[in-house]
Amino acid sequence: MKKCIFCGTFSEGGRYLLSFGLLAAALLFLFFWNVNSGSVDLSPAEVFRLLFWKEGEETAYHILWDIRLPRILAAAVLGGALSVSGFLLQTFFANPIAGPYVLGISSGAKLVVSLILVFLLGRGIPVSWAMLILGAFSGSMISMGFVLLVSARVKSMSVLVVCGVMIGYICSAVTDFVITFADDANIVNLHNWSMGSFSGMSWESVKVLVLVVFVSLILVFLLAKPIGAYQLGETYARSMGVNIRRFRAELILLSSILSACVTAFAGPISFVGIAVPRLIKGLFGTSRPILIIPGCFLGGAVFCLLCDLIARTVFAPTEVSISSVTAIFGAPVVIAIMVRRKGRG
Amino acid sequence: MMKKEYLHTEDMDVGYRGKTLISHICLQVKGGQVVTLIGPNGSGKSTILKSIIRQLDLMGGTVYLDGTDMKCLTPRQSARKMAVLMTERIQPERMTCREVVSAGRYPYTGLMGILGREDQEKTDEALSMVGAMELASADFLELSDGQRQRILLARAICQEPELIVLDEPTSFLDIRYKLEILTIIKELVCKKQTAVLMSLHELDLAQRISDYVVCVNGSAVDRMGTPEEIFTSDYVRKLYGITAGSYCAELGFPEMEPAPGPPQVFVIGGNGTGLPVYRKLQRQGIPFAAGILHSNDVEYPVAKALAAEVIEERPFWPIREETFQKAAEVLAQCGKVICCIDSFGPMNEGNRRLAQLGKEK
Repeated sequence: MKKCIFCGTFSEGGRYLLSFGLLAAALLFLFFWNVNSGSVDLSPAEVFRLLFWKEGEETAYHILWDIRLPRILAAAVLGGALSVSGFLLQTFFANPIAGPYVLGISSGAKLVVSLILVFLLGRGIPVSWAMLILGAFSGSMISMGFVLLVSARVKSMSVLVVCGVMIGYICSAVTDFVITFADDANIVNLHNWSMGSFSGMSWESVKVLVLVVFVSLILVFLLAKPIGAYQLGETYARSMGVNIRRFRAELILLSSILSACVTAFAGPISFVGIAVPRLIKGLFGTSRPILIIPGCFLGGAVFCLLCDLIARTVFAPTEVSISSVTAIFGAPVVIAIMVRRKGRG
Repeated sequence: MMKKEYLHTEDMDVGYRGKTLISHICLQVKGGQVVTLIGPNGSGKSTILKSIIRQLDLMGGTVYLDGTDMKCLTPRQSARKMAVLMTERIQPERMTCREVVSAGRYPYTGLMGILGREDQEKTDEALSMVGAMELASADFLELSDGQRQRILLARAICQEPELIVLDEPTSFLDIRYKLEILTIIKELVCKKQTAVLMSLHELDLAQRISDYVVCVNGSAVDRMGTPEEIFTSDYVRKLYGITAGSYCAELGFPEMEPAPGPPQVFVIGGNGTGLPVYRKLQRQGIPFAAGILHSNDVEYPVAKALAAEVIEERPFWPIREETFQKAAEVLAQCGKVICCIDSFGPMNEGNRRLAQLGKEK
């Protein structure tokens, strides 16, 4: 058996347990750190009382329960959704640098969502979350359609990614036009959102996104078996009894729903979908979907909590867009993957 | 013993992108039988195999697997009957060989694909059958081509199929692995009565392992039969359109084109002694004559393929005077004589006289 710094003499099962334990601990740790940090100083004791006994000063209560907690939950769940979506796309394209952001899928969702926002808000029509999610989903599917057209013609992983990035640029450019012509009142919000941010989450939106993400996640988890077969390539998967056409459709739909949900609530967030599955596979030392799917979800949650913490505290009170932070951590991982696989196209 | 027919195709038409390439294919593979497709590059061997495993849609006709029309089988049902080893290169990330092999249990496991004890045992059995127990925990991507092929074969075995379809399982492997893979296939056929349908590029190997050979020439199934019926030099030359060199189908070896022109060297050989000389002359591009060889001599087929002229005698007969005279004539025209034999008996007395003629020259 191959040894590495993490596993040393552990058996496989031990390593998986340890990895899950590590992720859970990191999640818990980052949760409390996030709860504790912000522009208003709250002592840990105060936070603890507010959290578990719901008692304390009213402003502090409001800050914690209506601002920090929804944001933390959203960051964790959406981060997890994003990395699972990335894992699905990597499986689909058999390409380790596929992800909703680099393939332009997030940008497609962003375009449709901003169109909806500008069009409806400009006319004073209230926008529901269902509309935004559906809009983001249809945008994702449009970009996905283009990516699929390209992938039918070229098999090279780099060409596919370059095409995805181009699709992303086109969508972003159109989004910028749309924003330019939007009402002054909308611009600030829209601009923040289109850069990616977890700020301003309400409990209402958290409820919706948790529901959508968890239903999708359960469906993804039920696909663990065919995903495992598909890792051996389409031919073998078919010969082992996978209904390829249906499976591919399910993969596309689920990954699009997950990334659309993220885009609808928090805007496009870069590189999480590529970096996290990669790191998780390294941590677990396997790519078995039954472990990697929950692993990716936890890992994405940890990654986004960390990045959001950095985004809102490092230059406080100014907030950095979450995408800038995830890019700083995520992009090097992508480069590392490209360099290591150089010889294999 | 009547063997069961596992696969049979009825008027199968195959092709891709809506174009039919080969039509009316009627194949049969029985349990415990190896059926091999041969034919030139691009002749449609892979297309036939891909149509049978349903990677390509049939253009027409029916494929029966274990007596049932394959269209009526669910993917899971057909996966329990048929496993494949195709040329598609796979790049599974961070998967041990054991994981790759146990993937073959797919049609037997439950909703989440968790391996039970029986599945683990079958995996072990498949691994040991291909002699890859010690590779079980190695990373699949770190193996050589030959080892990968063994693991992929184990994966197919692990699926416990009644029929295995293999597309060029030995291409790109060195001779050790070629023989190893074919030995495992043969063992599988003998022990488990598995039916095997495969395509092979190596005619010599196809001849040795196949019970039945199907020849595909790009537009039709040209001929089917036992290896003895198919592997004649004339037919192989025709099937592959061989223009340079030759292929001795009966013994299964290729030879390069002989050097052109009238013979410059006369080689007296027999009993295999002339072989290295023929090859050396051929490499140096010197045309030569060989004789006098009994047509049952071990080196006769090589001499036939490489020499400008071969003076031959009937098997089991002493060299007759007229044959000797003919050889002497040819020898007279050659600038040089090489005698490879140092022991003469009553059967090749003529060669002793030829050697003397050569010395005098």
